[in-house]
Amino acid sequence: MIDEKLVQLLTPEGERISHPQYESTLGGDQILGLYRDMVIVRRLCNESTSLQRQGQLALWAPVQGQEGAQIGAGRALEPMDFTFPSYREHGVAWCRGVPPEDMLRIFRAVTTGGWDPQKYRHSVPTVVLGNQALHAVGYAMGVQRDGAEEAVMTFFGDGASSQGDVLESFVWAASFNAPVVFFCQNNQWGISTPSTLQSKVPLYRRAPGFGFPGIRVDGNDVLAVYEVTKRALDNARTGNGPTLIEAYTYRMGAHTTSDDPTRYRVDAEVEVWKHRDPIERVKALLAREYRVKGSTFDEVNAEADLMALKLREDVLAMGPPDPISMFENVYADVHPLIEEGRREMIELGVSGSGH
Amino acid sequence: MSEEIFLVPDVGEGLVEAEIVEWKVKVGDVVALNQPLVDIETAKAVVELPSPYAGTVVQLHGEVGDVMAVQTPLITFDTTGDGGARVVSPATPGEAPGEAPGEERREAVLVGYGVANEDAPVTRTRRRGTSDASGAPSPAPVPMSVAATVSELSPRSTPPVRLYAKQHGVELSTVTGSGRDGLITRDDVDRAMGRVQSAQSSHTAARVTVAPTGPMTSTRFVGRELEPWATGPKEERIAVKGVLRSMADAMVQSAFSAPHAAAWLRVDATKTMELLVALKQHPNMANVRLSPLTIVALAVCDAARHFPGINSSFDATTNEVIVRRSVNLGIAADTSRGLIVPNIKGADQLDLVAMASALSVLVEKARTGTTSPAEMLGTTLTITNVGPFGVDGAVAILPPGTGAIIAVGQIVKAPWVVDDQVVVRRVVEISMSFDHRQIDGALASAVLAHIGRFLADPATSLLAG
Repeated sequence: MIDEKLVQLLTPEGERISHPQYESTLGGDQILGLYRDMVIVRRLCNESTSLQRQGQLALWAPVQGQEGAQIGAGRALEPMDFTFPSYREHGVAWCRGVPPEDMLRIFRAVTTGGWDPQKYRHSVPTVVLGNQALHAVGYAMGVQRDGAEEAVMTFFGDGASSQGDVLESFVWAASFNAPVVFFCQNNQWGISTPSTLQSKVPLYRRAPGFGFPGIRVDGNDVLAVYEVTKRALDNARTGNGPTLIEAYTYRMGAHTTSDDPTRYRVDAEVEVWKHRDPIERVKALLAREYRVKGSTFDEVNAEADLMALKLREDVLAMGPPDPISMFENVYADVHPLIEEGRREMIELGVSGSGH
Repeated sequence: MSEEIFLVPDVGEGLVEAEIVEWKVKVGDVVALNQPLVDIETAKAVVELPSPYAGTVVQLHGEVGDVMAVQTPLITFDTTGDGGARVVSPATPGEAPGEAPGEERREAVLVGYGVANEDAPVTRTRRRGTSDASGAPSPAPVPMSVAATVSELSPRSTPPVRLYAKQHGVELSTVTGSGRDGLITRDDVDRAMGRVQSAQSSHTAARVTVAPTGPMTSTRFVGRELEPWATGPKEERIAVKGVLRSMADAMVQSAFSAPHAAAWLRVDATKTMELLVALKQHPNMANVRLSPLTIVALAVCDAARHFPGINSSFDATTNEVIVRRSVNLGIAADTSRGLIVPNIKGADQLDLVAMASALSVLVEKARTGTTSPAEMLGTTLTITNVGPFGVDGAVAILPPGTGAIIAVGQIVKAPWVVDDQVVVRRVVEISMSFDHRQIDGALASAVLAHIGRFLADPATSLLAG
């Protein structure tokens, strides 16, 4: 049931196909780079799931199956672009340079953020569903007023696309021709709700109703995602307004570690998507077209394993935050009520003496 | 030898226990980091736990079927390297590694980490294989006195417990906190409701149904269809869990704490049956489902109004008898999942039409399996309708924390003496079990007689109030 308008440049078998509007501009080294990104992010995801099962993380939102969409989009960004993720964008965070251990802090419940958004031009995870789309449009309108040549991209899923926040942000982006790209990963399931139930038309076709273009790309084809996103970002930067990209992909794992997908979807569906894996098709292409050797792939795997070991060490070393720190960052400035609560907690002896 | 202990993790945001489904390693196995160790089942899902260590399995702390509390030892490993035994896997993210595990049990909440239950010991319960009565809820600890600093206007508790109390209609100001400095815990709220939730699912010795379906003809037993006599195994062992576990726990708790006594009365219910026929023909009653149970429910509530002592419970932990002037009328319902006892809150306030509609809603929810836990909490008085099974009466076991249960038998044509003439009347037997600690035979008899009078002449009773 994949729409015929789906942009695809690399088939699940790793064969290039042509498209009338898009062609891949990447060379062998760059494609190997994308492959490395995807392998590392998948390893990061697996290690994080293990850490959750071992009691070291409160929760984890798996990204497995969506690496092509996230790496393709993440690598299409320019350094000064700004991104607003949901809670599943570990691949994008990786592309923005966020250290893996920082990605896990919020899932270990030792921080409310995890990193400095300005440093990586990547906002902290937004758990309130679809809320980040409003932040992105607001930021993009600011970019317009600054006259800066930057694009803004926000990430959300098919489930969040039904949220009022997302639809309102569509209206504002269209009205102000804001330099923003809405990157929707349609991973087919909003927890247990199938995306086809939430939208009677393919998601990308919602955009024209708001007054800007929508495009559907094979989210498991990293080459296609890269080209489609690159063009959408260029359009935003050059005053051509917003784009909705629907990356058609699949969440191979659970919604989060608290979810059991076997209760609402059949194994046969998962099997179909296994054959559309984003990593395997790139590996096939690299081996055939660029003669990349098995030892190179082994090196990438070894690098991913090393990253996982370091990640585990870093996570195990994360101690609890000072309880008093929960009063920080509630408001930008000092707030009398918050300050009163903080003082009372200190008087009750809940640490914080250093403040 | 360097030992590491892997504690049962909270794999689902606020879970308090998990059942061992399958071990994938055994003592002596050498395992690698992240190698699958065990499948555990929580309230949310079956999940596979990967090993947090590379090493040799020294001890498995539970067997398949065991229900393990979160943060209790699951596996002990022998790892190479330095240091003595230490517990790593702080199941609360945020604790520093190597820190001693918190000696606390967390209360399950839907989102987040739950609340420390300060006086609860780290426990591990066995789901199968034991024959002692330890499966029954343990006696509640004697509450400590509330610290003087606690504001009387706002009882100290935690947001999830406040919500829990609100959902179950418990006023926190009436609850004595047993936690540190008088903190009100979920257990305190449960106690205030006169029971623990596990005691809710089931209670009577007889399996009964609300809707008249006739005597049981299937081979259903403990929530499953048994294989036929001829082809089934000579001996079959069935694990005690789920609804069966709840029924067993509740029965043990009630039968061995409340001294049961029973009394019964045969009643001429002819006028009740005639009234029902007349009511059903009335246009205002076209959409109301009426049955003898409707009239019995009204009779029981009316009896409670006249004799509040029957609507009471005995609290052994505080040495008090609690009399309630509001009836949450429990109705034993036989469902495909087993026996459940949902109740009608404030049943004493309902008139005929409201009672009939409350009963049909209750039956429909029980039938479709949509009864919520809240609807099974707080029962004060219970009716079990054994008539549809073709029997006259039952010595039912009380739902824990209630004072009386009334069994309604089949309504049959029987010879009856009216004005010294033997005539055919519609006769029903009402039997009642009661907690003899606070309810004596005189009170029980008075209540039975009142119900009997009501059923013998329901129109007068309904109109005269």
